[in-house]
Amino acid sequence: MRVYMDNAATTRVDEEVLEVMLPFLGERYGNPSSMHAMGIDAKTVVGDAREKVAKLLGADEKEIIFTGSGTESDNLAIFGYCRKNKSKGNHIITTKVEHHAVLDSFERLKKEGFEVTLLDVDRDGLIDLEELKRAITDNTIFASIIYANNEIGTVQPIAEAAKICKEKGVVLHTDACQATNYLEMDVTKIGADLITINGSKIYGPKGIGVLYKKRDIMIEPIIYGGGQEFGIRSGTENVANIVGFAKALDMALNHRDEESIRVGKLRDKLISGLLNLPESRLNGTHEKRLPNNANISFLNLEGESLLLYMNELGIYASTGSACSSDSLEPSHVIIALGLPHELGHSSIRFSLGKDTTESDIDYVLKEVPPIVEKLRKMSPLHKTMEEAIAAGVDKDFKH
Amino acid sequence: MADIENKEKKWFYSDVVKEHFMSPKNIAMEETDVEEISPNGMGEVGSPACGDVMKMWLKIEDDRIKACRWKTFGCASAIASTSMLSVMVTEKEGVKIEDALKIRPGDILERLHGLPTVKIHCSVLGDQALRAAINDYFRNSDQKERMVDLRKA
Repeated sequence: MRVYMDNAATTRVDEEVLEVMLPFLGERYGNPSSMHAMGIDAKTVVGDAREKVAKLLGADEKEIIFTGSGTESDNLAIFGYCRKNKSKGNHIITTKVEHHAVLDSFERLKKEGFEVTLLDVDRDGLIDLEELKRAITDNTIFASIIYANNEIGTVQPIAEAAKICKEKGVVLHTDACQATNYLEMDVTKIGADLITINGSKIYGPKGIGVLYKKRDIMIEPIIYGGGQEFGIRSGTENVANIVGFAKALDMALNHRDEESIRVGKLRDKLISGLLNLPESRLNGTHEKRLPNNANISFLNLEGESLLLYMNELGIYASTGSACSSDSLEPSHVIIALGLPHELGHSSIRFSLGKDTTESDIDYVLKEVPPIVEKLRKMSPLHKTMEEAIAAGVDKDFKH
Repeated sequence: MADIENKEKKWFYSDVVKEHFMSPKNIAMEETDVEEISPNGMGEVGSPACGDVMKMWLKIEDDRIKACRWKTFGCASAIASTSMLSVMVTEKEGVKIEDALKIRPGDILERLHGLPTVKIHCSVLGDQALRAAINDYFRNSDQKERMVDLRKA
């Protein structure tokens, strides 16, 4: 039995996506910059893919930049805009629940002289729009707010945030990597000036991202060379991945509504089943949440141990985010909710996907409770959830 | 597909770590597991905020560790290394206290066939719990002069 519940880490490449990619990994290997027939063939398919992506997002072709990953798109948006426009001001804003691709880029900009404000989230994982308004000063040029969180799936009020930023003349970037499969992706409705999308979360290939950049927004490159992608992202186009990305986005957006309902029902069954276990807790709001995300803390046990016991039974999930699984620190997202470190150490993210079936959910609900019970018997801790939360965040905490 | 399934069996940790993690030795699942050894030393170290807490009970007779039980809130490395430590201190009719105190984290790592570098610090906690339990035994048996530092120099 194999139950893959780590779709927020990555999704499989859909067969139809793979099929449209294969010719470009084989005989149609031309470089779009070449003037001969093979180059023109490659250039044409890249152009067609760009047109398709633009149409799907309600954007213009010139607003679609293909990059090497979601991380690169985040970096390009942040460094590209802030470095290009630093004469306009040096204050930039983001949130405490961003992906590291955003948080670490902001950290880097601090070293380049930018002032950074990190917006808090409430216990539900949502930002406060009033706090955003208050944070903006005459010196603020840029904000980055994650559309849907990668760990707890909470959905931020991005369209409202975009309105506020627009009124105050602040350029807004949003990381929409986790949102793409399930939420509104029309750029005019999202309202952000820069939007990051990642192929490897939408049943497309790894190593491909898109940055939507509104036409009048000026950014500078972070990669220099042959001047591809309107001079903003040099490097020979990854034709197969670009073609695959366009196909994947097409499929994701066309199946979004019915798939959101289907997955949402399975997710709710999983959540209510797991919350039947004593001293367990859903992290982040249930209402404003991606339909495929269940992030649960099982108090008094350590998440990695649970994860590895589940692994033995073929249940594949994550602690925190997969990218930080080498880290010993508890999830910064759980901590940002104002929850104690021990709940961060006890959290498991189950992220469902289009292959998830009801029997997968039944399998998890049959196999996980005995493991939780076993690990709790092994544990010297016997706190109740109320005690743990009342103790709050240990501000003096250090390893 | 069979190939993928085989690869899925691959583990982040060594086979020995996996064995001790999946079936921890001397672990106290129930209170009776502790009672049955009539412990005369107990130590508890760590904090939930750090992600690991370790509690250990010892039965010491004639200066030898006759039995060991432990509980943990910890990761796979902490569980496996404490399981291995509990085996090492009770081997051969019980290891002498002075020899048990000489066991270094490196000795445990060697028996476990290694741990990923970022996880090595997790293996230290069992060792500290052992020293805390031995100190408790010294305290209980009027041998306070023999007490040791929790962390090795």
